[in-house]
Amino acid sequence: MIKRLLKSVREYKTPTIWTLILILMEAVIETFIPFITARLVNNIQAQVAIAEVIKTGVLLIIMAVLSLLCGGGAAFTSAHASAGFAKNLRHDMFQKIQTFDFENIDKFSSSSLVTRMTTDVTNVQMSFMMITRIALRSPLMLIFSIIMAYIMGGILASAFVIAIPVLGIGLFKIAQKAMPAFRRVFKKYDRMNESIEENVRAMRVVKGFSREEYEKEKFGVAAQDICTDFTKAERLVALNMPLMQLCVNFNSVFILYIGSKLVINRMGGIGIGQISAMLTYGMQILMSLMMLSMIYVMLTMSAESAKRISEVLEETPSLSEPNNPITSVADGSVEFKDVSFKYSKNAKLFALSDINLKIASGMTIGIIGGTGSSKSSLVQLIPRLYDTTEGSVLVGGKDVREYDIETLRNAVSMVLQKNLLFSGTIKENLKWGNENATDEEIKEACKIAAADEFVEQFPDKYETKIEQGGTNVSGGQRQRLCIARALLKKPKILILDDSTSAVDTKTDAKIRKGLKEYLPETTKIIIAQRVASVEDADMIIVMDNGRISETGTHQQLIESSEIYREIYEQQTSGGGSDE
Amino acid sequence: MNNRRKPNPHTIKRVIKTLFSFYPVLFPITIAFILISSAAAAVPDIFIKKVIAIIEKWGETGNWSGAKTELVPAMITLVTIYVVALIMVYVYNQLMAVITQGFLAKMRQKMFDGMQNLPIRYFDTHKTGDIMSTYTNDIDTLRQLISQAIPSLLRAGAVVVCVFGVMLYYSIWMTLILLVGVLFMMFVSKKAGSGSAKYFIKQQKSLGRAEGFIQEMMNGQKIIKVFCHENQAEHEFDEINEKLRDDSSRAHAYANSLGPIIMNIGNVLYVIMAVMGGLFYLLGIRNIALSFNPVFSLAIAVTFLNMTKQFTGNLNQCSQQINAIVMALAGAERVFALMDELPETDDGYVTLVNAVIDDKGNITETDKRTGVWAWKHPHGDGTLTYTRLSGEVTLNGVDFEYEEGKPVLHDITLYAKTGQKVAFVGATGAGKTTITNLLNRFYDIADGKIRYDGININKIKKSDLRRSLGIVLQDTNLFTGTVMDNIRYGKLDATDEECINAAKLVGADDFITRLPSGYETVIANNGANISQGQRQLIAIARAAVADPPVMILDEATSSIDTRTEAIVQKGMDSLMKGRTVFVIAHRLSTVKNSDVIMVMEQGRIIERGNHEELIAKKGKYYQLYTGAFELE
Repeated sequence: MIKRLLKSVREYKTPTIWTLILILMEAVIETFIPFITARLVNNIQAQVAIAEVIKTGVLLIIMAVLSLLCGGGAAFTSAHASAGFAKNLRHDMFQKIQTFDFENIDKFSSSSLVTRMTTDVTNVQMSFMMITRIALRSPLMLIFSIIMAYIMGGILASAFVIAIPVLGIGLFKIAQKAMPAFRRVFKKYDRMNESIEENVRAMRVVKGFSREEYEKEKFGVAAQDICTDFTKAERLVALNMPLMQLCVNFNSVFILYIGSKLVINRMGGIGIGQISAMLTYGMQILMSLMMLSMIYVMLTMSAESAKRISEVLEETPSLSEPNNPITSVADGSVEFKDVSFKYSKNAKLFALSDINLKIASGMTIGIIGGTGSSKSSLVQLIPRLYDTTEGSVLVGGKDVREYDIETLRNAVSMVLQKNLLFSGTIKENLKWGNENATDEEIKEACKIAAADEFVEQFPDKYETKIEQGGTNVSGGQRQRLCIARALLKKPKILILDDSTSAVDTKTDAKIRKGLKEYLPETTKIIIAQRVASVEDADMIIVMDNGRISETGTHQQLIESSEIYREIYEQQTSGGGSDE
Repeated sequence: MNNRRKPNPHTIKRVIKTLFSFYPVLFPITIAFILISSAAAAVPDIFIKKVIAIIEKWGETGNWSGAKTELVPAMITLVTIYVVALIMVYVYNQLMAVITQGFLAKMRQKMFDGMQNLPIRYFDTHKTGDIMSTYTNDIDTLRQLISQAIPSLLRAGAVVVCVFGVMLYYSIWMTLILLVGVLFMMFVSKKAGSGSAKYFIKQQKSLGRAEGFIQEMMNGQKIIKVFCHENQAEHEFDEINEKLRDDSSRAHAYANSLGPIIMNIGNVLYVIMAVMGGLFYLLGIRNIALSFNPVFSLAIAVTFLNMTKQFTGNLNQCSQQINAIVMALAGAERVFALMDELPETDDGYVTLVNAVIDDKGNITETDKRTGVWAWKHPHGDGTLTYTRLSGEVTLNGVDFEYEEGKPVLHDITLYAKTGQKVAFVGATGAGKTTITNLLNRFYDIADGKIRYDGININKIKKSDLRRSLGIVLQDTNLFTGTVMDNIRYGKLDATDEECINAAKLVGADDFITRLPSGYETVIANNGANISQGQRQLIAIARAAVADPPVMILDEATSSIDTRTEAIVQKGMDSLMKGRTVFVIAHRLSTVKNSDVIMVMEQGRIIERGNHEELIAKKGKYYQLYTGAFELE
């Protein structure tokens, strides 16, 4: 998992390595500083010439400047490397998601992908920075400090023999115990926040049923529960400080007492300077241990984020590109041969079964059926948004799996049921269909889709800005723009999946008339809830429960299909304007 | 959200005050322990100096046993101080954990409780994301403030003051030198700090932009695939991504460099102190100190070195907390702002009670659930009258505006007799939903009167008014829990059987029993695991179990396809039977059989009558019905 993520470091390997080198140098210098300081103190004590004292002082200042250069340099390289790493991670995820097929997209919810690309990446970025800056530094400092302490302090250093393991093991144990406790409580915390969000969103329901008190009580229980768990976990971590203090205190007492004995008895070649340095080293060693335990905690915390990122990076699309892809589509004919389909291998129920269907190029096909009758599933197989589970789908006489995917999808233009416009101008949105479309082509497509009339009403016409999600145009207008966008592809097959539901019947009829006139060669497949939208199709397919219940023209179906008749009667008696 | 305002000093006062009010004993104890234990941390320096003085004194003769007689008592005092300080550190850390979490829990509860009482207007004018951010981000900054910033500041402050005192005690010269160094250090860190703050704000902005873009692309991923637009999307994203990287890199570079800068200025200061100390000692400069000890000994020089480290280290800590404090105060301000929102006012005094009606039609109040309800209406002269709840609603000349100067409803007058079905049709923004918002007093009318069973609804206690109105909205909000729990939300003491009956009544039982665990199926994420239409059916069952005399169905069946709706229709009809029902629907098939249909346009009722009458009129309704007109 970590390996997978580290692949994204790429061009930021150099600053990463520089960070490590600079940190290494900084750590070395920093451990030498108390050593030189001790010499300085000893110099003073030994009453050597003032010139000598100043010489040592200058040496120290040079070291401090070097340390500053290294530390400051590392500050920049590590920030550069980690921000770059984060950029690459986001880039890689985004790129990966672009290769997702519909099955992958269905698997991750869009909000979870957003979190993975923002919060999770930021977490990993912070950890990466921390690790490069501290993870190397702390053990280095620890080792250097121990070595220096032994060199300088000799027997005095034995103080650490007790303090280091006590603190090390203690901190590790605390972290080990606290971590699962925190993980549990964070999960609960997330759940609580979800339920707050639920409450906020459902405020009309809460107030409508006068459930304010009930909600307060429910929340109170959850909040108290979390408080108890959180406190438990925090109290564990709160042991860190006293433990650290205990070890530091023990150290200084030991060093002071034994140190003075050694100095006075002139044993071990120890002077006052060494005592002072040993106190500093002691502090450094124990601080490094503290840092290490912090890193340990941080790493495990961000491991969750890392896992969620690598899940995206490791997802493999199940649609495979053919070896020798066909790069042109002959015509708009479509054929389903014994097609069965389910959304995932593990699904029990087939969304489609036993579909056999032949559509000649240029035909207009209507598809009708209740919710859950798999109308959308059927047409999604044509541009190969999903692969069939059994059987094959042929476009232009060739299996869709033999085509280059881009070729196929450019020939099969589909307006999805959940259609969207993106932020940008109307023109920019329409150009999704064809990047090189001229203004005339755009206008013509809009005329066919009955969009030109209202676009021209806008003050900025085709330069009108669409807000995110296309919220500043009405549902009907959005649908018409989406149809125009699909038309600009000049497709061989055009699929409208319930794409005129918010358009009034008159305009709907106008669009259908336009399609017929301007795109006689194009195969038109129209899914609709309204019988009126498919009435005049060359062939109407009635879907029921994932199967083709019947096919025929309007007149034939009125006579033969009970389902069709039922829908027709319900709508004609119930009014023409549907959802 | 991201712009850093100057923290209001009142906010910090209020946080502290709140802490005191939640923990009037524990919090002061904690503070005292922090201060004492931190002060104790300064004491060892005195001992180090003392020990070194002892070594100096006895070192020349090498008389260990002589030194011991002086050393041991000093060490014992040191150990005692250490032990006391250690206990205090232990206790205050534990207390702090308790206080922090307790404080957060209480704040959350206060916020949540306060929020339940806020008027709907608040939720209509605030984004859910922003409200949520108060519960998550802002509360989190408070956690940081209380558990880390406050103790750190107290600790560092205490140490700095004590060490400063000790320094003055030993040598004023040396203290002055250190002071100059520290001032320089603070100046530099302020520079670097403001640089990092600037870029952090930029980073937040770029992050927001990237998030917006990602969100849009992830939502439109299928469309991207259909149009083979992957490369363009990637290209666009790379630009935004690069900007984010740049800002993030700069922000962190500044923030990262703060540590090494302060530390190494500290190192240089250390050298200066050592050299100065050495010079003072070697040159035998006369010492000026609060201790009036004129001899500048080696011990003083060494002690000062240690104190330099302590002093700068703690200042560094303080400076690192500043960012956290600024952020926490901004967060606290938003938390308090939410808590300070004015709750929904309720001057209603007419309440809804269970009633028994005798043969003569006299109404008496009872504690038992009789299924018969009455309005209990106390009057100014102390008398009580009871009016049977029957569900008659009248609106008389009602005007309303959400924002001043932008009227939404004009002169709405209508009568809904008990058991009638009243429908509203019209384009989005015509004011249909607004009428229902007024009926249950989510909003209060500007002019005119709404009467319920002859009582002005302003006199009715809001909770009782709402209890008597069942409401099903287009956005069916279900709660995490089982299907059964969700239906029971309508009537908390309903038995399983009542809930199932309600589901059967509205035609939801059929699909519920086919769910993997039937009524015990857990609905998660606002019911993402069931279809929108099924969610609407559960919401209708939820309203049905409450068995209210008046129902409001606001696009309640919009997501159920016409075929299923026809099946559900029977259940809906039986649900509506005997109740006054207000129906808002897009689909004319839903409203066709209403007793009266109100066609609304721009806040006015432009046509009214039943289906046949309206068709005969050949007006707007006719146009809609024949599909000549687009509703949106």
